[in-house]
Formats: sequence, C-alpha cells, structure tokens
Amino acid sequence: MIQSSLLSIRFMDTHHIKLPEGSIEKTTTTLNLGPTHPATHGVMQNILELDGERIVSAEQTIGYIHRAFEKIAERRPLYQITTLTDRLNYCSSPINNMGWHLACEKLLGVKIPKRVDYLRVIIMELARISDHLICNSIVGVDAGAYTGFLYVMQYRELIYEIYEEICGARLTTNMGRIGGFERNFNNIAFEKIEKFLREYPKVLKEFETLFQRNRIFMDRTKNTGAISAERALNYGFTGPNLRASGVDYDVRVHTPYSSYEDFDFNIPVGTTGDNYDRWMVREQEMWQSLSIVEQAYQKVQEFKGTEADVFHADAPEYYLPPKNDVYTKMEALIYHFKIVMGETEIPKGEVYSAVEGANGELGFYLVSDGGRTPYRLHFRRPCFIYYQAYEELTKGSMLSDAIITMSSLNLIAGELDA
Amino acid sequence: MALSNEHIQQKLLEKFPNEVTGFEEPYGMLTFWAPKEFNLKVLNFLYDDEELKFRFLTDLCGAHYPDNKGEELVVIYHLHNMIENVRIRFKVCTGIEQPDIYTATGLFSAANWMERETYDFYGINFIGHPKLKRILNVEEMDYFPMRKEYPLEDQSRIDKDDEMFGRI
Repeated sequence: MIQSSLLSIRFMDTHHIKLPEGSIEKTTTTLNLGPTHPATHGVMQNILELDGERIVSAEQTIGYIHRAFEKIAERRPLYQITTLTDRLNYCSSPINNMGWHLACEKLLGVKIPKRVDYLRVIIMELARISDHLICNSIVGVDAGAYTGFLYVMQYRELIYEIYEEICGARLTTNMGRIGGFERNFNNIAFEKIEKFLREYPKVLKEFETLFQRNRIFMDRTKNTGAISAERALNYGFTGPNLRASGVDYDVRVHTPYSSYEDFDFNIPVGTTGDNYDRWMVREQEMWQSLSIVEQAYQKVQEFKGTEADVFHADAPEYYLPPKNDVYTKMEALIYHFKIVMGETEIPKGEVYSAVEGANGELGFYLVSDGGRTPYRLHFRRPCFIYYQAYEELTKGSMLSDAIITMSSLNLIAGELDA
Repeated sequence: MALSNEHIQQKLLEKFPNEVTGFEEPYGMLTFWAPKEFNLKVLNFLYDDEELKFRFLTDLCGAHYPDNKGEELVVIYHLHNMIENVRIRFKVCTGIEQPDIYTATGLFSAANWMERETYDFYGINFIGHPKLKRILNVEEMDYFPMRKEYPLEDQSRIDKDDEMFGRI
C-alpha cells in the first residue's frame, strides 16, 4: 500500500509533458486524417473531432498541391494551357483537354467537322469510364474489397493504351489541339477500341456482380453520406454526385457540345444521394458511356474516302500545319512560327464553356482582352465546390463511413487545388 | 415558355431601374453589372422570383483591372436556372482600397469556398462570411497573388544559375 503511493508520487514528479489547457476534461478526440493518409487518396487533410467513433465536426484543409495554374495561364498562349488542364483531374485528363479546346473554339469561332466531334466523343467517354472505374473500385477497396480494384485495372490499362496510340501519353495526355487532333487515329487505336468494346461489357458485368447486391457492401454504403437534392443543389453539386440525389442534370444533355445530341443515351439518377446511389449512378453511367462509344465508333466508320481523313478543323491560325508543309510552303511556315512563338492574337471577349467532366460540370471562364494570352482564366472545378459539403455529409456518422464517403465523392487532389 | 434574355433584362430593369446596368450578351450569355451595395438584393431577386429562379451558383470568381481606377476588382457570378436551362453572368466591382462586398453564403452554401478562394487570390473582403481565410495558399502569405501587379518570372531572364531546370 505504502509502496504504491510512493510510486505514484515519484511518477507525478517525473512526468513533465505539458498538456493543453482543458484537455483532461475534453471528452472528444481530435484526429488528423491526412494530408498523406492512405485512405484520403490524395493530398488533403481532414481535422475530425470524434466522440468515440462518431464524427462531431470535420474541417478540411486543402491546397497542398496548389500550383497556381490560373496565374500561369495568364502568360501562356492558348495551346500551352492544355498541359495545365491535364493536371486538374488526372484520372480523366482527355476530358479536361477537350473541354479546354472547346472553350477556345467557342471564343475563336472555329467550326468543328463532325468526324472530329465523334472522335472526341469516343475519347471523352473512354475517359469517363476509366475515371468511374477508379472511383467505384476505390469505394470497394475502402469497404474492404480489394479484388474488384485489381481486376478492373487491366481495362483501365487498355484505355490508357488507346490514349497512347492516339497521343503518345498515358496519364497527362495533352491530347488534341485547338480544332481537332494532332494526327488521325491509326488502325491499332481502332483495333484496341474494338477490343475494348468486345471485352469490357463482360468485365463490367462481373465487377457489378461483385458489389451490387453484395450484403456487406450494401450495409456499408446504404444510408451513409446521404444528401438531399435541395442541399446538393445549394452546395453546387454537379455530375454523378448530384444525379445520385435525384436531379437529372447533365451538361451533355442540357447544353450539348461535340455533337452529343446525335447520340442516344440515358441519364441514370438515384434517389437518396447516399454512397450506394453514387456508386450505382457511376456504374450505370459506365454502361451508357459504353453504348455512346459504340455508337460513335459506328458513326466514325461510316466516313469514307477523303472524309475519313478529316481529323481537324480548318483553322490555320491556331492549328499547327503538317511538318512537310512547313518546309515547303511559305504560308505554313509563317503560321507555324506564329503559333509556336505564341504570337497569334486572340479575339476580345469572354466566354464560359462547360463540359460534363467525369465528376461534374467542368467549366472554363475565359476572358480575353485581345492580347496573345488570356486576361483571366478561371477553372470551375467540380470537386473544389462539392468538397465543402463533406462536413455536412459526415456529421454524426462513423469514422469508417466517412472514409467511404470521401472516396465515393470522387475527390481528385489535382483538381481540388488547381 | 422559354426564358429569353430580353425577358430577364426587362424584369431586372423593372425591379432595379437605376441600379442594374451594362447589359451585354457575349457569346449568348446575358451579362450585367450592379453596384456592390446591391449584389445581395439582385441575387436574392434572381433567386426568389417565380419566373427567374436562378437557384444554382455555377461559379464565383474574381478579376483585377488595375487601369479602372476606383473599380479595380470585379466579382463575377455565373448563375444557372436549371429548369429553363438559362445561364447568366452577373458582375460587381469594387475599389481596391476598401474591397468590401456582401457575402452570398446565406443564399448559396457553395459560395463559401469560392469566396474564400476569391479572397485568397484577390483580397476581396466578403462581409458576413462565416470563415474568411485563405484556402489554397499558406495562411502566412501577406499579399494577393492573382493581382496584376505580381507578374510571373520573366522567361527570358539569364541571371539565374539553375542548371537543374535547364537554365544556364
């Protein structure tokens, strides 16, 4: 008895860790989730206040990979900004590239041939599939099912091989130019698209079967991270996250670009806006995208003769001429020099152009004062806007549900931080 | 009945005959200005009116025009009526000496971070914002980097010894 009290006195004397005031009385725990936590899938921090395992409040810190794109863009000619857009949502960079080109073309008034539109649609829908594939399989990983993730990687790989045939790059694609593509699709690219169309449905079906009616997966995702349609709209949600709560807003249908009006597809919507609905909307969208790719591929095959060689618009002031013309023709040489040195003046004006990115409405607000570079360029980055709802989505839920909520929102740190 | 730009303009002029000005339609999107004291009144009107129903804040960003003395900083709202599928652009300007503008967070939860971003880059002070602090840059930063007085590094400079990045 005496011994133990002596021990405790000695202990009192030796410990000299200063605790913050009031921390002994505090009944909640502060947990730093991130910035480099494996479950955040990107560099972002959440300071969670936990009562046991329930979340009392959450505060997000972002900006860890801010690269000042909007500032850099103010000194670059239009074609050099494409490489910046790659690094926004890097899971589906071709959509960003083409969204940017569409914004430029709107400002410059370039008319795009149908074949180019269809080629773009093929690529954009493939990019959407690869993005949704990652997001949905990561939701699976966070719920404890790793197999699906590893399995579908093979088909993301195939999509990346298609990119590679078209532009030579895989992740940060810098695909296409203002007016179209830098070169026509080669036969290997078309063969790979065919292979994808042939093999992927079976894989997607299998992937779906793994999760869709899986009891564990449903229990983990249903009724977690839910948001009502009204709140989602108020928070500026777009894309699959908004559609999961029941609003059928899709830029491809509301303001069609790139001839999306020529295609026949459905817009899947959910009802509750919870993690399961978000997962299901993405899953169904992949089927729709697959059907769009198939339709676009058929349409592209219908072009015969010289029409089948069209892969860019007639916009000599902005589209680089072929190299052998540069060596032999005066005009081509002048245009080549002017474009490469960024000495082409852009018309004055301001334009807002949006595309349906893989995780929402990706907008480009471009202001030009008639100079060679944009006067102001603002990216409307969907995940930056909807990440602020994270606290509302997770308040009162379990920590492990908050992790799934984060991955099912499809947050991409590159896009978040610009 | 589709909501036409002329109709929106007419409705705005009925409600704010002297305040709302500068109507333009660049690339088909109705654009107009209002004095900064009226930004919330106009946004509220656009939100509440039974016909207009601009209830989705697509985008909010700033811009800097150093040559326009007294109205250097501009805040640009992109609003969307999803039912009629009409977009409009609404601009408010403020002097750089006292860049105070009322916050739109009461109307749109989405405005929270977008206003923080605008503050971060342009130093526009949104009055009534629940937590106006920097979002993408470090909090210790003591300037507003997107303002035009901060140019990017001159690409042709030769005084920098930086072999790693290809400069000599």
